[in-house]
Amino acid sequence: MTTRIDRRFAELEHEGRAALVTFTMAGDPDTETSLAIIQALPKAGADIIELGMPFTDPMADGPAIQAGGRRALEAGHTMKKTLAMVRTFRKNDDATPIVLMGYYNPIYIYGVERFLKDAKAAGIDGLIVVDLPPEEDEELCLPALKAGLSFIRLATPTTDDKRLPAVLANTSGFVYYVSITGITGAATPDPDLVHAAVARIKRHTALPVAVGFGVRTARQARAIAKGAEAVVVGSALVATIKDSLDKNGKATARTVKAVTALASELAGGVRGAKRKG
Amino acid sequence: MTAPQQPNSYRTGPDDRGHFGIYGGRFVAETLMPLILDLEKAYAEAKADPSFRREMDAHLKNYVGRPSPLYFAERLTQHFGGAKIYFKREDLNHTGAHKVNNVLGQIMLAKRMGKPRVIAETGAGMHGVATATLCAKFGLKCVVFMGATDVARQQPNVLRMRALGAEVRPVEAGARTLKDAMNEALRDWVTNVADTFYCIGTVAGPHPYPMMVRDFQCVIGDETRVQMQEAEGRLPDSLIACIGGGSNAMGLFHPFLDDRSVDIYGVEAAGHGLKKKHAASVAGGRPGVLHGNRTYLLMDDDGQIEEAHSISAGLDYPGIGPEHAWLADLGRVKFLSATDKEALAAFQLCSRLEGIIPALEPCHALAKLGELAPKKPKDHLIVVNLSGRGDKDLESVAYHLGGRL
Repeated sequence: MTTRIDRRFAELEHEGRAALVTFTMAGDPDTETSLAIIQALPKAGADIIELGMPFTDPMADGPAIQAGGRRALEAGHTMKKTLAMVRTFRKNDDATPIVLMGYYNPIYIYGVERFLKDAKAAGIDGLIVVDLPPEEDEELCLPALKAGLSFIRLATPTTDDKRLPAVLANTSGFVYYVSITGITGAATPDPDLVHAAVARIKRHTALPVAVGFGVRTARQARAIAKGAEAVVVGSALVATIKDSLDKNGKATARTVKAVTALASELAGGVRGAKRKG
Repeated sequence: MTAPQQPNSYRTGPDDRGHFGIYGGRFVAETLMPLILDLEKAYAEAKADPSFRREMDAHLKNYVGRPSPLYFAERLTQHFGGAKIYFKREDLNHTGAHKVNNVLGQIMLAKRMGKPRVIAETGAGMHGVATATLCAKFGLKCVVFMGATDVARQQPNVLRMRALGAEVRPVEAGARTLKDAMNEALRDWVTNVADTFYCIGTVAGPHPYPMMVRDFQCVIGDETRVQMQEAEGRLPDSLIACIGGGSNAMGLFHPFLDDRSVDIYGVEAAGHGLKKKHAASVAGGRPGVLHGNRTYLLMDDDGQIEEAHSISAGLDYPGIGPEHAWLADLGRVKFLSATDKEALAAFQLCSRLEGIIPALEPCHALAKLGELAPKKPKDHLIVVNLSGRGDKDLESVAYHLGGRL
């Protein structure tokens, strides 16, 4: 069975370019605007959509994404609304892969079995759950694979060669390489170091490798895209949402446009990169 | 729910993946996973090394001032007219609370692992002060994360930490209390993986922390056994301690868990009341996953963590250590709760009857003596863990009593 993720990477392989993966927070700044944003992103150049599941205690996130999650929760966003957003998105787009990213507790409380069933039915393709390392695979990773969802694991600069096989063992869809030791949006990765790390991961797996954490501009995206199958941009998009809000924190006519404008720029960067090797 | 099956021993946990029943575990970002595996290995090696134990015992004696006394609280005993009440005087330790027992062990381990920089989270500031103290003694750089709300209500401890050379970083996220300080400490650790040791202050977090912190705190219960033997020629009948994360309680309880004759009571902070804002995660929460472990947490129906409330900054946390969660389910530890008001009354009673100003945290345990002690016979021996001294709380208590201190 091929998945939307597999099909998308196969298409891009054919085109000879890397994917742009955009991260925005579900429900930020409100459910309706957030839906309009993800509906507009594929046309702006997003190849894969990562959608954050807001959580009160985002331990791996920097200030921009923390604030995005807070805006969503304050606007009354819930897991049910995240799933409903994807269901609506799928009515008009059956090709763009959607990956949910977040922390385990909201899923655990929703109920793992029920969550997987509802996520699959909504048209979600994969999950990235920051606080579930391979040591906790029985919690969600193995049930997700059984339910036909990809479980995308994070590999980091601290994941050495000895540990990589364990991290990759139950990973599917793609591998997400966290380009810095740190929180989202904090530091800027060095492309040469990143490319060396991606090459190291590729010695252990045939899966595509996406690189994220700290990529903010089209220029950086281009540099990273030279040596990876995908580039993830999150904090910069979430910060753009914030900058477009009115003084009461509400969405304005500019909000969706500001996000798609940045996504187009980033897509230009990614598409302008010549792949190494 | 059927009664859970009781284990042969309550003292064998956790399993090798850090589980106490369904609780505990290692729910951390991949970046941190190699670090906690390193820590687990380093701790196992230190534990097996007799020189580590010898050095720790020497510091506990000469620097911390252990053993802490087991004190017969005669006037409080008379006041309640029932059980004979003893205090385990952790307030007399260097730095003024039980926190130092754990911090000494972890800082010795940091030194052994060659980590030059130590980070810690703190609520009331006692763990922060203990960490700043030991970092000064061992020559390590120390950064303490503290919620901005707590920075304001625990000024004396902020000044102590600064005097000891530590950097105090106020955390502005969330409700600006202990939970937010822990998030920020984890964010720092994920950023500074190479040189930093995270010194967690309670029996929570990812494995091996709940086990390691418990082991370091067990000196409290181990001493109590010996001291009660000397004082009364037998084991105590009841133990009682306050529980936020639960390190002082676990330290007292754990050595007695397999002595079935000993009744064990943990007291959570009921804040304004269990139907209002509180910090009683067993009484008012349910199992969930936060800060590296599965345990009882205060949260809403969507799995979003709720803000806790307690007058005591040290108990103001929406979770509890995973081993406590397990012991609560098994019924081995009975969980009670005390409100802010009850704690304040206990603060005044203890200060005036015993000449001991307790921290607001153990006041929650003291507050339950009025329910437990009078009903017991005069030969019933109760030990209260007096986990810290109250100097840091004087201003806050005066404020809550409307200046009528």
